[in-house]
Amino acid sequence: MTELVIPVILAIAGIHALLHQTDVMPALLKGVQTGLQTAIHILPTMIVLLTAVRMLRASGWIDLAGQMLEPLLQKTGIPAECSALVLLKPLSGSGGLALGQEIMRDCGVDSYAGRVAAVMLGASETSLYTIGIYCGHLELKKTGYAIPAAILADFAAFISAALWVRWLG
Amino acid sequence: MMNYLWVGMVLMACVTACLTGRTAELAAAVTDGAGQAVTLCLSLAGIMGLWSGILELMQQSGLCKRITAVLCPVLKLLFRRAAKDDRTMERIAANVTANLLGLSNAATPIGLQAADRLYQLYDRKGAPDEVLQFIILNTTSIQLIPTTVAAVRASLGAAQPFDIMPAVWGASVFSVLTGMAAAKLFARFRPKEQL
Repeated sequence: MTELVIPVILAIAGIHALLHQTDVMPALLKGVQTGLQTAIHILPTMIVLLTAVRMLRASGWIDLAGQMLEPLLQKTGIPAECSALVLLKPLSGSGGLALGQEIMRDCGVDSYAGRVAAVMLGASETSLYTIGIYCGHLELKKTGYAIPAAILADFAAFISAALWVRWLG
Repeated sequence: MMNYLWVGMVLMACVTACLTGRTAELAAAVTDGAGQAVTLCLSLAGIMGLWSGILELMQQSGLCKRITAVLCPVLKLLFRRAAKDDRTMERIAANVTANLLGLSNAATPIGLQAADRLYQLYDRKGAPDEVLQFIILNTTSIQLIPTTVAAVRASLGAAQPFDIMPAVWGASVFSVLTGMAAAKLFARFRPKEQL
């Protein structure tokens, strides 16, 4: 069933556009251009961050962090391979993506750890960065309970990612 | 923060490599990582491009506005003060729509406008609960179509790149509910002088 979601969205978007007299091709091409620019735009960040993430993995730091966190994470069902992702994702979106890609590649993209990593990435945001942007923009002096609540929400996403992958495969 | 994070990561890698004796692997990782980033971004470009195209089409044809209109009544329950001001509510709903569709480039500017108007309703004083809750909502991912992750999965040869979607939805919903519940709970036990 899920394999139909994306094709059907494409079809609905197309039909809705035709019914509302939208110029389909120019709109599509304009959007694609923006998307390609985004892909190019994140390239410098990815070069810098993927290098750092690979260095961390090659040095054995990520394995060590996984082993240290394992007693804590074991009860939650988060695989040890994904434990460093729990630490990195709330801080940096591109860093999380870089590390997630490494996990998926090394453990196998359709393995349990690989799938949990993918769901963890898809279900969480770069919380601390987002809070920084909003509070900076509003010139809020105190962030109140925003940070603890956001961290709790991230953690809920991570733990339930492992649960959902086990339930839904 | 990124400055400290990057330098910290490189430094920890160097120290750990010296301790574990994996210095050769560390050196190889430097050249490897940079090259791999280029491959990764190139393999993401196709699907990211296509998806932005579809989203642009949805914006131009008014499909996004329609989704916003559906979301408005639900969001009014969450943001009581904003519900009394149509233009604030409109922007909050537009921000949530953009987040749902994965239009992160559009979500942040609209979100900041919405937060601004919301803060105005509280005379820009202190850190009102409703403003904090809106920020927390934005830190919990509510993306319907995890395009980037699916693109990464596709580039690594996954059988069905998008088949993680139900699990992503489940985890996202749980995360949003946890964030909102935590916010409401923290708000209840908040010392008065902080308001």
